[in-house]
Amino acid sequence: MNPHNKSIEELQEIASQVRRDIVRMVHAVNSGHPGGSLGCTDYFVSLYFKVMNYSTDFTMNGEGEDLFFLSNGHISPVWYSTLARAGFFDPKELATFRKLNSRLQGHPATEEGLEGIRIASGSLGQGLSVAIGAAQTKKLNKDKSLVYVLMGDGELEEGQVWEATLYAPHNKVDNLIATVDRNGQQIDGSTEEVLSLGDLRAKFEAFGWHVLEADGNNFETLLPALDEAKAATGKGKPVMLLMDTQMGYGVDFMMGSHKWHGVAPNDEQLEIALQQLAVKTASDY
Amino acid sequence: MKEYTYSEKKDTRSGFGAGLQELGRTNPNVVALCADLVGSLKMADFIKENPERFFQIGIAEANMMGMAAGMTIGGKIPFTGTFANFSTGRVYDQIRQSIAYSGKNVKICASHAGLTLGEDGATHQILEDIGMMKMLPHMTVINPCDYNQTKAATIAIADHEGPVYLRFGRPVIPVFTDPNQKFEIGKAWMVNEGTDVSIFATGHMVWKAILAGHILAEKGISAEIINIHTIKPLDEEAILKSVAKTKCVVSAEEHNRLGGLGDSIAQVLVKNTPLPMEYVAVNDTFGESATPDELMEKYGLTENDIVAAAERVISRKRQ
Repeated sequence: MNPHNKSIEELQEIASQVRRDIVRMVHAVNSGHPGGSLGCTDYFVSLYFKVMNYSTDFTMNGEGEDLFFLSNGHISPVWYSTLARAGFFDPKELATFRKLNSRLQGHPATEEGLEGIRIASGSLGQGLSVAIGAAQTKKLNKDKSLVYVLMGDGELEEGQVWEATLYAPHNKVDNLIATVDRNGQQIDGSTEEVLSLGDLRAKFEAFGWHVLEADGNNFETLLPALDEAKAATGKGKPVMLLMDTQMGYGVDFMMGSHKWHGVAPNDEQLEIALQQLAVKTASDY
Repeated sequence: MKEYTYSEKKDTRSGFGAGLQELGRTNPNVVALCADLVGSLKMADFIKENPERFFQIGIAEANMMGMAAGMTIGGKIPFTGTFANFSTGRVYDQIRQSIAYSGKNVKICASHAGLTLGEDGATHQILEDIGMMKMLPHMTVINPCDYNQTKAATIAIADHEGPVYLRFGRPVIPVFTDPNQKFEIGKAWMVNEGTDVSIFATGHMVWKAILAGHILAEKGISAEIINIHTIKPLDEEAILKSVAKTKCVVSAEEHNRLGGLGDSIAQVLVKNTPLPMEYVAVNDTFGESATPDELMEKYGLTENDIVAAAERVISRKRQ
C-alpha cells in the first residue's frame, strides 16, 4: 500500500510544495541542482504519494516494500523534499541542506543515517547496477515487491550503465522499473551536442528491455505509464520508462536550458520562482 | 626458533574456494558473484552446491561491484570474485561510493595479487591494491599467508559486518598454518618470538620471513616474526610490543613499498616510537612477465632480501 494514495489534484498541490522547497533549498546555500530536480518533481511525487508500496518507518532492508534508488544523485533536493513531505523526516530539516553537520549532503548518502536513503550516489552510472542487485536479493528472498531506479539521460554516457543494461535482460530481472529522465540536457549543453544518445527506445529494446515512454511533467500521462510499467513486471523482462521532462519545469526562466543544471537562483529570481510556484508563505518549511 | 613444516603446497585462492564452499553450507545469506573467472577463483564447488546463490556477471566488474552493494539491501552477504587488479583499480570509484561510503556488507575477494601472478605480466600484476583499499574509510583489508589461513579468513569475514578486501594469490606455496585455526580479524599472529629484529610480513612473504628467520638464526641473529594478515585495522599493540623489545623493524610484502603494509607500520612507529626500519617490497615499479620465482628474485622479494634488510636495520640500530 502507498501510505498516501493521493488524487491528481492533491499530487499537483504536493508537487508545487516540493518545487518551492527545491528553489528555497538551493537558494539558501547558493549551490545545488535545481534544473533536474524541478523536472523530476512530478515523478518523485507520483512514486511516493501514489505508486510505490512502502512504510515511512524506514528500514535499510525494506523487506516487503518497493525500493527506490536515485542514480543521478545531484538532483538530491527533489528527493529530500519528497521524503520529508512524505513523512520520513521533519521538513524543517530541509533548511540544513548542504550545510555543516547536515544529514542532507550535497549528494545523497547513508553515512549520516537519513531515513529513506539506501545507497550513496553522485558519481554517475552506478544506480542501475545497485537496483539490479537489490532486485536479485528480492527474488532470493521471495519478496514480490518492486525496485525503482531513476537515471539522468546524460548519465547514460557512463559505461557501467551499459554493463547493467546487458545484465538485466539476460538474467530476467523483471522486478525492476528503471526510468530515464529524458530532459536532453547536461552540464556542457544538450545531450545531442555533447554525446548523442540517439534513439533510446531502439537501443534499450535491442538490449532486451520492455520500453515505455511518457511525459514526465503531466500526471495525466505519467500515472498511467507508471501503472503500465508495474503491469509489465513479472514477465521475464526488465522495464524501462523513458520519461520526457523539461529541466526547470514550473519556473519559466529555468525551463528547457542546461544553464540551470547546477546554478542557484539569486534573491530576486527566488521571489519570481516562488510566485510562479503558487507561494503560500514567506517560508513554508 | 619455532619449527614450521609443511607436507604440501597449495594456492591461497584454493583456500578461498574451500572457505566459500563451507560458507555455502553454513550461511544461507552468503551469495557469490564472479566476473568470468570462476575457475581462477576456485568457485566451482560453491556454484555446484548453491547454483541459485551464484551470479555470473560477465566481464563487467563495475556492474558487479554495484550489484553486490545492492544485494546487501535485503540481507545478503555478497562475495565478489575476480583478479586483484580488476577488484580494485578498475572499480575504485564503484567501491568507494556504492560500497565503502555506503557502508555495505560486501566482501571483495581478490585473487592473483602481486608479482606471483607471473607470466601474464604487469597489466595484471597489481602492486597498489592494498594502498587503494586501506585508504577507504570503513574498509577492512586482509592478506592471509597460506591455504589454511585464507580458508579461515574467508569464513571469518562473513561474520564481520562491513566491507572487506580479501587478498590472495595464484601460485602454490607451503601450507604451514593450523587447518583448524580460528581467524581473528585485526589480531596479528606471532610466528616466532625473537629479540634482535621485528619482521612484519604479510601474505606470501610470511613463509619467506620464516625461511629468513632460519638463515638469521645461523648468523646468531634472533628474529621476531609476526604475520600481519590484517593490514587494516592494524594490530598496533602487537607491533609496539614487539619493537619495544627489538628496537628495529623490517616489513615484507608483495606490494609497492608506497602505500602498503610498510607504510602502515611506519606510521605507527613515527607516532609512537621512531625506530630504524627497512622495507622489503617492490620499489615503485611495475612488474613484468616471468615465472613467479624469477620475479620475486628480480624485484627483491626473497628470504635473502629479508635477511639483508634485517642485517641493515640492525646495523642502523647500533649506530
